[in-house]
Amino acid sequence: MQIPIEYYLILSAFMFIVGVTGVLTKRNAIIVFMSVELMLNSANLTMITFASYLGSSVGQLFVFFVMTVAAAEAAIGLAIIIAIFRNKLTVNIDEINILKW
Amino acid sequence: MSIQTILFFVFGITSAVSSVLMITRRNAVISALFLILNFAGLAGLYLLLNAQFIAVAQVIVYAGAIMVLFLFVIMLLRPENEKKFMEANPAVKTFAVIIAVLIFVQLVYLIFFSHPSSIPKADIAASVKAGTIEEIGRELFTNYILPFEAAGFLLLAATIGALVLAKKKFD
Repeated sequence: MQIPIEYYLILSAFMFIVGVTGVLTKRNAIIVFMSVELMLNSANLTMITFASYLGSSVGQLFVFFVMTVAAAEAAIGLAIIIAIFRNKLTVNIDEINILKW
Repeated sequence: MSIQTILFFVFGITSAVSSVLMITRRNAVISALFLILNFAGLAGLYLLLNAQFIAVAQVIVYAGAIMVLFLFVIMLLRPENEKKFMEANPAVKTFAVIIAVLIFVQLVYLIFFSHPSSIPKADIAASVKAGTIEEIGRELFTNYILPFEAAGFLLLAATIGALVLAKKKFD
């Protein structure tokens, strides 16, 4: 417990920023999804850090629920990507612009 | 330098470097493998933070189930190389990196400005007790029973939704 809490928070902020950069620069829909998972995990690290330093288990419960939602999101998102690939034969998000006005 | 500090830096540097490598590789399979390495490093950090149950769930659910699903879809779809776009639009990359650096500087400023170290720390015994599967299970089945059931229902809905979305339309 003698590691300062700032170290964990800065590591979490760094991973979140890397995820943001991935979402903004990558054009492959699957890698964009993986960057979103990275951002979810950095938020999880923050919650575990505070739960541990405060001696409370509520933060870990929230991480449990975030994991559930992430699993559901991955399943639905990958199913949508497969459905799009079947129609347009690409997963490049610049070419999937039929909803773009 | 204690063993905890050494372990923190080993796992932290593993996580940070593998996350950067994940978004810089052009091959999607290699990106997924680096993301798995990142999740393994995070599981080590969770163990260091006395969250045993979440660490095991991280390895099983994330590095096991979710990433296998990702790798499966990547190998199923064979996405093309994305080199061409970045060479055509270097401005997008520059803009994204500038935005990311700005937000990072802002977050670091906030973290140091708010002095989270001044929070009175719980003793290690309370922290270890909070991370056991016994404590989490008790909370989950007493105070948080409604969100727990909702999460179960969400997983059921996601399973059915994924089946309906991904199956071939046969009419």
